[in-house]
Amino acid sequence: MPLIKDGRESDNIWSNLDDERQDIAGSHVTVSLARFLRHKAEHDLPNVTLGVRLAPEDDPALLRPFLDDLILIEVSFPKYTDGRGYSQAQLLRRRYGYRGELRAVGHVLRDQILYMNRSGFDAFETSRADLSQVLAALTEHSAYYQPAADRAPSIFARRHPRSD
Amino acid sequence: MYRYDEFDAALVRERVAQFRGQVTRRLDGTLLEDEFKPLRLQNGVYLQLHAYMLRVAIPYGQLDPAKIRRLADIAERYDRGYGHFTTRQNIQFNWVSLKDIPDILDTLADVEMHAIQTSGNCIRNVTSDHFAGATADEIMDPRPWCELIRQWSTFHPEFAFLPRKFKIAVTAADHDRAAIRVHDIGLHMRRRGNEIGFEVHVGGGQGRTPIIATQIANFIPESQILDYLEAVMRVYNRFGRRDNKYKARIKILVSEAGPDAFRQLVDAEFAAQGPTETLALPQAEIDRVEAYFRAPYLPARTSASAALALARTADPGLDQWARTNLHPHKQAGYTSLTISLKPVGGLAGDATSAQMRAIADLAEQFGQDDIRVTHTQNIVLPHIAEDDLPALYSRLVEVGLATANEGLITDMIVCPGLDYCNLANARSIPVGQDIQNAFADPAEQEDIGRLHINISGCINACGHHHVGHIGILGVDRKGEEFYQISLGGRADEKAAIGEIAGRALPHEEVPGAIRRLVATYRALRTHPEESFIETLDRIGHDPFKEAIYAAD
Repeated sequence: MPLIKDGRESDNIWSNLDDERQDIAGSHVTVSLARFLRHKAEHDLPNVTLGVRLAPEDDPALLRPFLDDLILIEVSFPKYTDGRGYSQAQLLRRRYGYRGELRAVGHVLRDQILYMNRSGFDAFETSRADLSQVLAALTEHSAYYQPAADRAPSIFARRHPRSD
Repeated sequence: MYRYDEFDAALVRERVAQFRGQVTRRLDGTLLEDEFKPLRLQNGVYLQLHAYMLRVAIPYGQLDPAKIRRLADIAERYDRGYGHFTTRQNIQFNWVSLKDIPDILDTLADVEMHAIQTSGNCIRNVTSDHFAGATADEIMDPRPWCELIRQWSTFHPEFAFLPRKFKIAVTAADHDRAAIRVHDIGLHMRRRGNEIGFEVHVGGGQGRTPIIATQIANFIPESQILDYLEAVMRVYNRFGRRDNKYKARIKILVSEAGPDAFRQLVDAEFAAQGPTETLALPQAEIDRVEAYFRAPYLPARTSASAALALARTADPGLDQWARTNLHPHKQAGYTSLTISLKPVGGLAGDATSAQMRAIADLAEQFGQDDIRVTHTQNIVLPHIAEDDLPALYSRLVEVGLATANEGLITDMIVCPGLDYCNLANARSIPVGQDIQNAFADPAEQEDIGRLHINISGCINACGHHHVGHIGILGVDRKGEEFYQISLGGRADEKAAIGEIAGRALPHEEVPGAIRRLVATYRALRTHPEESFIETLDRIGHDPFKEAIYAAD
């Protein structure tokens, strides 16, 4: 599935393993949160770069001990109407300070991408929007009332620039 | 009243352009209906029984002459010459076509209006006390905070796909006219010394599971209230149920988790907010928004208008109307008047283009350009000199807006029902009209006094039947319309859910049952000033239930 990252089409070197019993093959693999925590506890995969794919009900706080080393967290949207992934993203970026790639996967649509980007996503795996549409969606608003994970200054702040 | 700055104006225009693109993609098939649905809903566009319906936001019910004239123009050009004011203090147009909606939104943007988040599983229009800024019983004007909440919640990136819709109401008055205890979040502004803060109620609501809200905070200082709301919203977004849309409102989360556990979740989330996460609303911004709501300059007047007194003795109609449709103003010689949209036999909340224009003219000439929509589907002119009431009244008579029934038995909340709505099980409008006709005598209405009848055509409770002193719910019994009567509901600071009186009645028996109910009240009240709800509270429901079924 096409991957758009940092405003460009990007090759996807990662694979996702959703079968909990299957052995891991490949160098860059994302797994469920439970399996990720198990491998981290057992240190049993020295040759694999492990990423994690969060389900909507997962608590991202469980990833806190690993965030400095993680380079990919996928947040899944089984249905685009399930908005829990936006809160997971905001927590990972703003509260827990995650700096690696945060990728929206699943039912990712053009008209959700602006809010996803504001919530901290920098990569979108989608077959429902091409690059030009994604770039257009990201510029549909010129200003934002709320501070968010994108660190854009809020309108509330922009109305009162500090004189110093 | 608030005016857009360049940021507000740009965002509303950008939203119109965005939605125009979405409509284009929908019409050319790029966007599937299933994917278009939440987008149109977040722009107030519903697919109703007969046509698309457009719900336009009227934040906290605030209008001015230019805005209501624009609504009149839209009704005339794109609809059938009228609009329907709703219990969310909004207005709906029931007959618009999808291709026209981007143009309608553009003409709304010209007068600083929009339809953003008037539907969908997001934070909806913020509602408030329709006498805000004018009434004597408030500690301050709540509208600046309604506006700040409107801005904070507009296009909030984290809370656009909540488990279900989310409604916030704000009041600053002792007597709650904003029904805050039946909202997802109800905010009651309080003063502590020099500090302003908010008492926070969460998890109230109507629908099929009516619940009175739980108070989860006594006093959140105003500088922190938006951050506190973020905490409540995040807890709801993460933990609210998504497996069943009928159990997805925050009231279910609060009741299933338990109020204490819910409060702990919110407190923990609020406490965990780091310095880069808080909104840190600048005091200068609070001051900026408050400045827009400064009380209008009203020249000093004597407390009892001689001109009004004289005119009342000459015109019994004016006298009647002045007894029922006025609310005390904080300044002597002034009043807040209600323009009833509940003529006997009419459609609750409907106003024609001509009536909307007349209201605009009156607000301009007599009312400081200030117009409000009430959640009981009426219009308020909050700042009127009593001396001007005779002239104003005669103009209202000319346009059919002088109904003298504010808060009385014929001033009912009525949902559109099966005549318009594809969710309804039964018609609401004809039942309401039949009850109105049974109590058409103004003198009798006045003698009965304050009595709220609310009618819903299905258990989604858009007609607020749970909180009517008398609630009427339409139900379908094998293709026939029946009506279930409940007693003792109220939406104010003593909020309560009405109790079902007994078996449902067929349509034709409802007006008679209500007449017997009211006769019982008049026989049992200790004195004419004891209201229906007070009598009911004092002696219990039994005699009233007997009266309802006395025809058997």
